Amino acid sequence: MNHPADGDRMRRRRLEEGIFKVLMGLSVFAVIGGLLVIIGTIVWKGLPALNLAMITQTPKGGYYLGREGGILNAIAGSFYLASGATLLAVLFSLPVVLYINIYARKKSRLAPLTRFSFDVLWGIPSIVYGAFGFIIMMALGLRTSLLAGIITVALLEFPIMSRAADEVVRLVPRELIEASLSLGATRLETSLKVVIRQCLPGLLTAVLIAFGRGIGDAASVLFTAGFTDRLPTSLFQPAATLPLAIFFQLGTPYPEVQQRAYASAAVLTVLILLISLLARGLGKRYTRHVIK
Amino acid sequence: MRLLKNKIAKRTMIVLTGVPTFLVLLIIAGLFLKARPILAENSFFSLLTSSTWAPSRGQFGLFPFIMGTFWVTLAALILAVPVSLLSAIYLSEYAPCRLREIAKPAVDLLAGLPSVIYGVWGMLLIVPLVGDYLAPAFGRSSSGYTVLAGGIVLAIMIFPTIISVSLEVFGSIPYGMREASLSLGATKWETVKHVVLKKGAQGVIAAVVLGLSRALGETMAVLMVVGNIPRVPKSLFDGGYPLPALIANNYGEMMSVPLYDSALMLAAGVLLLIVLVFNILARLFLVRVERRTA
Repeated sequence: MNHPADGDRMRRRRLEEGIFKVLMGLSVFAVIGGLLVIIGTIVWKGLPALNLAMITQTPKGGYYLGREGGILNAIAGSFYLASGATLLAVLFSLPVVLYINIYARKKSRLAPLTRFSFDVLWGIPSIVYGAFGFIIMMALGLRTSLLAGIITVALLEFPIMSRAADEVVRLVPRELIEASLSLGATRLETSLKVVIRQCLPGLLTAVLIAFGRGIGDAASVLFTAGFTDRLPTSLFQPAATLPLAIFFQLGTPYPEVQQRAYASAAVLTVLILLISLLARGLGKRYTRHVIK
Repeated sequence: MRLLKNKIAKRTMIVLTGVPTFLVLLIIAGLFLKARPILAENSFFSLLTSSTWAPSRGQFGLFPFIMGTFWVTLAALILAVPVSLLSAIYLSEYAPCRLREIAKPAVDLLAGLPSVIYGVWGMLLIVPLVGDYLAPAFGRSSSGYTVLAGGIVLAIMIFPTIISVSLEVFGSIPYGMREASLSLGATKWETVKHVVLKKGAQGVIAAVVLGLSRALGETMAVLMVVGNIPRVPKSLFDGGYPLPALIANNYGEMMSVPLYDSALMLAAGVLLLIVLVFNILARLFLVRVERRTA
């Protein structure tokens, strides 16, 4: 049985396996290492330039020439913008997700069509949303403003939020819904009091994912939110955003200002890290009402 | 009263459920409606194939930008596809549970990092790497702001898309099939090659195409490292100017030159159509994969 040629072939098969195992290991290392290098570079370059004034002051005169001030305008602007947009996105996506999962009949073509549309919308680049938001802005007669930015980012977040929420709501056991309906609850009552409660942790995660995307996206707000050195006080004023602040500061020829861009990038990275940690943590907590 | 509430809610929800499908169409319609003025003066085809970009003289050739997008995306795919597929195979077939638990959040985080952050990182690390080391190694001098730099940054940005979709595809292949192959004496790698990859082929193609369409539309990160020279790039060490960068860079001036805004909206429309075609193809593939396993 143990022919020498067999041993040879076996050895070659083992060798092939070994080579690919090494390649695969290197690939995984490259992916995880890539993430660490990116975060490491940003934090390492950004932290030295970071100080309290950066995050508690708005830009003073000559800020972009290297004088005093901070990026509070952009931090606040990003928060307002992403909060408004996320709220709007939730208002639109929750009813849709509930409808396709609880109201629509099992055989209905509506649910697959809607999911397909969400997938397609999810794939549309944010710069295209930006251009489209610009068209809406002109059609509504608005100027670059917080409101126009909120509408645009809400469009961008809509499919992200909906897909994430759909995945959670889909997993609600059919029996739970049927039990509620058989007790005489209407579908609306079932949705609000049973399904939403059951899905709360997952829905919060979905909201945070959408919020994180809203804070980080630059291309979509380029056309619509404008930029200003002041804190936004109304929906109809332009608003600065953190990603654009980074971009503009990098674009100046002054090293001091570029340093601040790195610091701003570190601020944004830490924010995103916090949001995703929070999203992870929330998924585990707030499970008081969840029926296993 | 309760029934009435339910009825009202149902009506509202039906209307809202129409929104996503309607929105896709509305975006396409809106962009091309705005692009009409320029299409009235030039034919669609001549705009796509002309290489002269001189807005002040009324010439809006999109060809260099389309080629810019093409080269940057191609570079990114060549780098990203092998690495992400090998990673996905390892994570799905070989990796111990602990590693999988570390890798999953890492991939999610990579997907969640804003593109500006990738851009800043690219300027800090990749641009000097290309300019000071890679280009001289090939006997070229270069500022580093090149198609290659754009491709490298973009490759990392599309890792998560390809990896997570492939993982889902591999996960949907029944265990029995792998066991059948292993019990016939195949090594683990042979099982991967002949069972997992063969069964998942369509899904893997879909994953790559989804990564591709992500790459096509990526704006800020690429814009910051690619050089933005409106010429057709001749090599990896030339600067390029992809479509999304064109749109983003010129939003400020577009209202002051006649037809400029129209040309940019056309660029956005063209980009959207390209991305949509790839996206819908990939989704159709995935729907078929899902049907087969369901």
